[in-house]
Amino acid sequence: MLRYTVRRLLGAVPLLLGVAVISFVIMQLAPGGPDALFARNGRMSQEQLDAIRRNMGLDRPVHEQLLVWLGNLAQGDLGTSYSQFRPVTAVIWDVFPNTVLLMAAGLGLSLVFSLAFGILAARRQYGFVDNLTSFVSYFGLAMPVFWFGLMLQLLFAVRLGWLPSAGKYAAQGGGDVWDLLKHLVLPAFTIAIGSIAAWSRYVRSSTLEEAGQDYVRTARAKGVRERQVVAGHVLRNALIPLVTVVGIDVPLYLTGAVLTETIFSWPGMGRLFFDSLTTRDYPVLMGTLVLGAVLIILGNLVADILYGLLDPRIKYG
Amino acid sequence: MSLNSASEARAGRAQAGPTVTGAEGGATAALPATRALLPEFGGRPARGPLQLALLRLRRAKLALIGLAVIAILTLVAVFADAVAPYGQNEIDLFSITASPSSAHWLGTDELGRDELSRLIYGGRVSLLVGVAAALVSTAIGIVVGAVAGYYGGWVDATLMRLIDLVLAFPAIFLLLIVFALRGGSVLSVILFLGLFGWMWLARIIRGQILALKAREFIEAARAVGVPDGRLIVRHLLPNVVAAIIVSTTLSIATYMLAEATLSFLGFGVPPETPTWGNMLNAARPNYTTHPLLAIAPGLTLTAAVLAINFVGDGLRDAFDPRGGR
Repeated sequence: MLRYTVRRLLGAVPLLLGVAVISFVIMQLAPGGPDALFARNGRMSQEQLDAIRRNMGLDRPVHEQLLVWLGNLAQGDLGTSYSQFRPVTAVIWDVFPNTVLLMAAGLGLSLVFSLAFGILAARRQYGFVDNLTSFVSYFGLAMPVFWFGLMLQLLFAVRLGWLPSAGKYAAQGGGDVWDLLKHLVLPAFTIAIGSIAAWSRYVRSSTLEEAGQDYVRTARAKGVRERQVVAGHVLRNALIPLVTVVGIDVPLYLTGAVLTETIFSWPGMGRLFFDSLTTRDYPVLMGTLVLGAVLIILGNLVADILYGLLDPRIKYG
Repeated sequence: MSLNSASEARAGRAQAGPTVTGAEGGATAALPATRALLPEFGGRPARGPLQLALLRLRRAKLALIGLAVIAILTLVAVFADAVAPYGQNEIDLFSITASPSSAHWLGTDELGRDELSRLIYGGRVSLLVGVAAALVSTAIGIVVGAVAGYYGGWVDATLMRLIDLVLAFPAIFLLLIVFALRGGSVLSVILFLGLFGWMWLARIIRGQILALKAREFIEAARAVGVPDGRLIVRHLLPNVVAAIIVSTTLSIATYMLAEATLSFLGFGVPPETPTWGNMLNAARPNYTTHPLLAIAPGLTLTAAVLAINFVGDGLRDAFDPRGGR
């Protein structure tokens, strides 16, 4: 297991290198080049432009720039933001906790609801709850995330006025935990809807599958209480693969973060990315792109390793 | 990497449906009171052939409903010129953000364009993007998957690493960068969506071809000297056609959602072209006062995606030799 973990960690290194190189190439391909933001500014003299290019190392040959970018990246330096004139790491770090909070809230909601839906549905296959659940999950998977967000906003914020429609805190008189939670509800449900739908179907089918296994019959035959059979035997095994599913869905959450944060003006990484597109802040775009990729790789890695730890039947060479 | 990765993976996962419905409920020795509180899992009696057939029919019914919805949407889109009451960019200056009326069934948008007409024309682009992107990604997926599975060795290893690399990127970030910096068109949206979405199909095909390669009929074909290309196209691919059809069908829905997502954020198909995503984007400033502008395109898109998913699932069941469910 340790050998496997180490090997997987080492395997992630070339992947990260590839991600970094491709991110760099994409930015080079952008029309106008990375300094377009400054070059388009009519009031800027040629000398000033040259000075900026020299400062940012843009006057050096491309392959040298790539090596500098990789070298800096390895030391955790993502460069300087073009629009905020401070380190990209600081810019991202300012908003990253908000995205983590949003994702964690969404993940929590997804786990609670998908477990509840999945297990209730599996209790009576093709029964009323099962049909209702599959209807809901079909809808959850078919709806555009952002549209769901807009509809939540329309219903609960605009029409009913129960919850705030945007931001993290109220502009006046807010700022406490209660205020934060109220602002968090709608975005969290928006980001979670896709995974609630997908995971509940998943929990349902893996629960049904485990319930038909021989060891469950054995447990029943030797007189184990039904409660114990369900909680101790069926669910324990049925939920192991869920770890993998959660790991795989990191990209879903990143997409969700961009959309949710844009709709609800949540000050997170997705919104930062979106704003940086408009201001053409290349270093920030590259930084968020790389960070997103790191999260995806990490998600897969953690899922694989946890899966091996939880299920002793899995042997890695 | 994809907007699709999650839902495609999901499509694959949903396949692992329940095939076991045990009859071991009777063996439980729990007291009646406890059993009432805790209905056992999978404890129902095994299904007879008639019940199975009924279940399959019900699923097929959903697929047929889906097919009907798609057929209607396609017909309306194809004959949009005849069906739509107004032109796609025809402006009625006397009714701007008007409520529904006999002249404008769904009202008008912020420029005085008829909402229903744009919905109809929008279906054209949305469906076109979905289908075309699905074809692009399927083509790439088939080639990569077949080559990797058939040749194996370093070719396989290289292609699989490539897939790992593409999947490591958050698709939404890449697509937004591409379209925000270069500008989008219907064609570029199709190409880039397809370019970033072939990986799951490639993996599926590779796996199936790896398994098929070891079978006797391939050995026999090789022995009589069938060349590689012909072997792949005539002997291997026909055996994975079910997976291809199911995956392509489901990915149409995924790409329609992806197009809507990009257009909604303002970086997809140019805004003057009506698509359901563009309409949702245009509705944002006014949707609190004119909710129908946001509800109508969203509901239509949801219905279309739902219909395609039903058909895709129905196809998967139809192709599944084990039947079941």
